[in-house]
Amino acid sequence: MDSLRGKVAIVGAADTPVGKLPQFSPTGLCIDAARRVMADANITKDKIDGLITCNSMAEPYMYHAEAMAEYLQIFPRYCMSVGAGGSTTFSILHHAAAAIVSGMCTTVLITMADSLRSGLTRDQAMKMQSSAGHSQFEIPFGPTVPAFYALIARAHMDKYGTTAEQFAAIAVACRKHACLNPTAEMRTPITIDDVMNSRMIADPLHLLDCSLVSDGGSAIIMTSADRVADFPHDPVYILGVGEGHGHEHISQAQSLTTSFAVESGRRAFAMAGLKPSDMDFAQLYDCFTPTVLVELEDLGFCKIGEGGAFVENGNIELGGMLPVNTHGGLLSHCHPGNPGSMFALTETVTQLRGMAGARQVKGAEVAMVHGQGGIMSSHTSVILGRERH
Amino acid sequence: MNGHMDKFLPRPTPESAPFWQGCQDHKLLLQYCTACDTHQFYPRTICATCMSDQLEWREASGRGTVESYTIVTRAVSDAYAADVPYVIALITLAEGPRMMSNVIGCDVESVKCGLAVEVVFERWSAEITMPKFRPFADQIAG
Repeated sequence: MDSLRGKVAIVGAADTPVGKLPQFSPTGLCIDAARRVMADANITKDKIDGLITCNSMAEPYMYHAEAMAEYLQIFPRYCMSVGAGGSTTFSILHHAAAAIVSGMCTTVLITMADSLRSGLTRDQAMKMQSSAGHSQFEIPFGPTVPAFYALIARAHMDKYGTTAEQFAAIAVACRKHACLNPTAEMRTPITIDDVMNSRMIADPLHLLDCSLVSDGGSAIIMTSADRVADFPHDPVYILGVGEGHGHEHISQAQSLTTSFAVESGRRAFAMAGLKPSDMDFAQLYDCFTPTVLVELEDLGFCKIGEGGAFVENGNIELGGMLPVNTHGGLLSHCHPGNPGSMFALTETVTQLRGMAGARQVKGAEVAMVHGQGGIMSSHTSVILGRERH
Repeated sequence: MNGHMDKFLPRPTPESAPFWQGCQDHKLLLQYCTACDTHQFYPRTICATCMSDQLEWREASGRGTVESYTIVTRAVSDAYAADVPYVIALITLAEGPRMMSNVIGCDVESVKCGLAVEVVFERWSAEITMPKFRPFADQIAG
């Protein structure tokens, strides 16, 4: 296959409620997301011949996708669960597109959910997430997940003069968007001072530089471009996709300030035949505010080292040059762990369908979504558009 | 020593055991590839630069530079709470490789990128001694 460009489309997208949902198990949320997306795409479960999921931290299965297929009583010919941290969503999208184009299956359900808020104690959630560190050469020193990302932030500040206020501007932008999104968890406006005055977690990261801990699930349905007429909503096409994998443990990173998002972005733009300035908006993985700043640089939305200036003055807010995380992101919409980026994906579909209401990016035609997992380790970038070419 | 037993103690593997034995002996050991003249960390069965297995253990100078750091004010678990605030740092060793550790023996606010540091050893159990770093002595004196 020469390229995936324009060959696959998203024809269904749906989210469960998000936040604190102790009445649902992670499996229950995963199935609820699947039921909702089948309704959105107006298809019955027998039409699904491909299933991709990611495992749940709060309710893990040895073979998660097979367990979900069994629960739904569907019998796919392509069935897989993927784990790449925050990059999982878009890595899955890449695999699903390749499976459709190569004829392994025709209609893929991607459904993901977890209950980090209700299914784990706070200590369990912290321990689970910090286990991304190396068991012998990082974890014993006591790093938290915010501490790992603080190392990135501090290195960027030292090398380029980036400020904590510039990181805070990213949290402010995401919150502004969340205030326009009735499904977002955090809908009280915040200012840069609010971020700077929130409790210090791992210097220079304050509480409001950190993403949420949530329950929730989200799902999409993908099929080949020649089948889109069978579905009720406007299709959203995959125009470009690329991955980049640089390390697993931050102490092994080639650079602390520039990630393999450079590679994933370059590959995605090359496939799409588009450039960063063509994007009408971008959904960039925002587990912590510095992540977004580094991604803006690495994906080519601004020059390396100039991310701090780029995020100032409302530039990444709705109405600015490049609206980022129009649903509120992991910082203010919700963050149930590995499924977190699914909500950025369903939001992108909603935006490109022109159905985003008060937070609609006017005339939006193409957008980039980007996920990263580990500690700036694994990266997948996807370019989505309303038109096939 | 008692304060460390509930921390996340490393479990040495066949390839890392000489490193941890070195720490027990208060020596910071790095693997050195005699095929391509490169130090590496963490320990591996192969040289990650040239894939040779011609690796030997050499004692490092124990000196390095803080490349980045953070001051943790919310401990990862109760076992680390008594250490708050503590510094997590990425240290570039004089021999080239980078490692994570804690910077101790100084005011946490005095740690900066570029700070010269030297290794010190902290005994956590009968089997495990941790390599930590403190500001380089000459730097303090000077």
